[in-house]
Amino acid sequence: MKKNMLLCVVCLFLIFSSCGGETEIKEDAGQVEKTAPVENPSYDPLRGEGKFKDVVLDEKLNVEMANEGKIATEIKCASCHRMTSERLVGPGWEGVTIRRHPDWIMNFITNPDPMIDKDPEAQAMLVLCLVRMPNQSLTDEEARNILEYMRQIDGVKP
Amino acid sequence: MKKILITRISMLFVGAALTGIISCKPKNVGDVVSGDAAEKVYVAPGEFDEYYSFVSGGFSGQLSVYGLPSGRLLRVVPVFSVDPEKGYGFSEETKPMLNTSHGFVPWDDLHHVQASKTSGLYDGRWVFANGNNTPRVARIDLTTFRTAEIIEIPNSAGNHSSPFITENTEYVVAGTRFSVPADGAASDVSINSYKQNFKGYLSFISVAKEGKMEIAFQIKCPGINFDLARAGKGKSHGWFFFSTYNSEEANTLLEVNASQNDKDFIMAVNWKKAEEYIKAGKGTKQKVEYAHNTYSDITHTATSEMINEVLVLDSEELKDLCYFIPCPKSPHGCDVDPSGEYIVASGKLAALIPVFSFDKMKKAIAAKDFIGDFEGIPVLNYESVLHGEVENPGLGPLHTEFDANGNAYTSMFVSSEIVKWNLKDLTVLDRVPTYYSIGHLMIVGGDTKNPNGKYMVAFNKITKDRYLPTGPELSQSAQLFDISGDKMQLILDFPTIGEPHYAQAVAANLIKDKSIKIFQITENKHPYVTMGEKETKVVREGNNIHVYMTAIRSHLTPDNIEGIKLGDIVYFHVTNLEQDWDVPHGFAIKGANNGELLIMPGETTTLKWIPDRVGIFPFYCTDFCSALHQEMSGYVRVSPANSNVPLLFGSGTNFQGASTERK
Repeated sequence: MKKNMLLCVVCLFLIFSSCGGETEIKEDAGQVEKTAPVENPSYDPLRGEGKFKDVVLDEKLNVEMANEGKIATEIKCASCHRMTSERLVGPGWEGVTIRRHPDWIMNFITNPDPMIDKDPEAQAMLVLCLVRMPNQSLTDEEARNILEYMRQIDGVKP
Repeated sequence: MKKILITRISMLFVGAALTGIISCKPKNVGDVVSGDAAEKVYVAPGEFDEYYSFVSGGFSGQLSVYGLPSGRLLRVVPVFSVDPEKGYGFSEETKPMLNTSHGFVPWDDLHHVQASKTSGLYDGRWVFANGNNTPRVARIDLTTFRTAEIIEIPNSAGNHSSPFITENTEYVVAGTRFSVPADGAASDVSINSYKQNFKGYLSFISVAKEGKMEIAFQIKCPGINFDLARAGKGKSHGWFFFSTYNSEEANTLLEVNASQNDKDFIMAVNWKKAEEYIKAGKGTKQKVEYAHNTYSDITHTATSEMINEVLVLDSEELKDLCYFIPCPKSPHGCDVDPSGEYIVASGKLAALIPVFSFDKMKKAIAAKDFIGDFEGIPVLNYESVLHGEVENPGLGPLHTEFDANGNAYTSMFVSSEIVKWNLKDLTVLDRVPTYYSIGHLMIVGGDTKNPNGKYMVAFNKITKDRYLPTGPELSQSAQLFDISGDKMQLILDFPTIGEPHYAQAVAANLIKDKSIKIFQITENKHPYVTMGEKETKVVREGNNIHVYMTAIRSHLTPDNIEGIKLGDIVYFHVTNLEQDWDVPHGFAIKGANNGELLIMPGETTTLKWIPDRVGIFPFYCTDFCSALHQEMSGYVRVSPANSNVPLLFGSGTNFQGASTERK
């Protein structure tokens, strides 16, 4: 990691030393440090970007789905996420269904890369965690089951 | 982009001019590289090549994959040799792939490649390759670019005329270069008894729909040397043609003693007839021993099975199975044109190239137009089967490929050139120098029913001054030619690994969309898979310790292990939980004599480690995976054999009650 920081510094130095003009330097340096969201009118920060729109949730928990979701979570997610509020590699899941729209969750867990590039919340999380959430190739069914499991964690009752 | 091109082109010109002035090459490079060469091979950053080219890695034993026309190295697929870059032959799962009846063979010699075909055209499923030293044939799966299967060939030595295939991949052949006595105790004979006891076996390996190879039968032939082979196609489908040398049946100083006869033979084999004989029960079962190794993408494990029997047909006893066509002076290449009518045999010591006609051969066989027999096999009349001879083509003709316009291209080793000639009237149309001493050549689709005729690659044996010097050993030189016009045009040099023998190029669109990105973790049936971090554990079974470990960006679990003792054998079964393309993890532990691991997403791979001393052994991920890659590490404690340190493992918290005392 330290090596990488050093590399970044060297890169920046190279940019500085190679492109002479004062204005250009600021632009280059600015891009490296930029964390604020890019102006993107087509991006919907509430629902995120991906194939899911208007995900329908029942008031009551579907226990079968939540159980399936737990199994998928343990294989594909639990290495980095706790089911509490504690941050491991990624943030803890407690309260996520309250903080985020179901469409956003479904889109983020199935399509993380484009959302990390565009979504202000996801970008803020990246600054904190420093690891881009990997695409774990969830099927639509797995993603929906995981969402149900997240709802169970957040106290939705059958 | 334009600027870059112009710069490149002008550099080429300057380079060419300089070479012209200061070098004393026999032919001036400046004359053969024309101004638009750079444009023809330039594949812009982020753009794809048009073809995958599968190039033999020669004495490295591997298969290299290059993009054409850029000449960029895309991949080295380990086949017959261990490969530390991929962990092939080091992990417990891949070791069985290199098992043979002689045990584990770490390094072989890969000569020829064949892309699988349907109806005489490439279908993008597999590539076959031959192991030349310890005779074997491998099948490489083009969804994973991994070796999926290796079968050993009994009764053989030097599997050179291999792995040529029939037009629907019904059979892969394996003709022995060295004739030898049949395997078994009776093979302890005097070398002087060569003519009496040595035989040449041709193996026909059937390929099932899902790819599984099986030796369907062998044909026992006279004790001559089988060199190269090609299947008939179209009208000649059902026949196979083998070039042979040493019809003198010499067993010492072959350089002189196997070059005495004016003519050796092309052997024509009617394999449909062989199938009839097998059905009629004419085969003899022989006791042998050979390995058949298969790799599973579900268990992520190779298994090696020993097979003890092979079915043999005797060419001397069974009529209408094999015929000899006399052919001048130790033929090497034996190539069949796209129509299946012409068989081009290149006598490497001859000053002409004979071209045989399939129709004439059939007629001669029907008319029994034989000049005699050789160990029971009829020898056809040369003049009766000859379509014609290419006069004065050059020196040392080796191999021939074809374009779509009825032209043939023959590599000339001694005169270091490629000669283009017309198949019908046998006139020489063009010649280009190669740098230096060309062996094989390859035209995209050049051995199919429908050659592409756009690119040709020369694979040269000698490199000398083509690249910056790198000491006594140089990489091999391949040269790309544009053959779309009347004149062959050199457009690129690129280095290759090992010594490239044959290669084949397949259109990228037949392969690229079938390439898999990850292994589904939910389908992983490895016996030691860890399905999620919750399942991680360390299990002691006597002296064997099984570590069920997971890897994901950016930690290994468990990452603290104690209670290992000297005398234990530790197996790290590492499951990569990633399900994202191109995120392998590595695993290395200090002092491991079995190498390291590289684990693809969704895969489980095992490193066997025998600790040799007490102490603390760090382990870590060797493949950069994330910003916290450097943190992806852990410790194993090894204690004396008689210690009572309990077996403990974990991650994230310290062991309860373990000592924190300073020593």
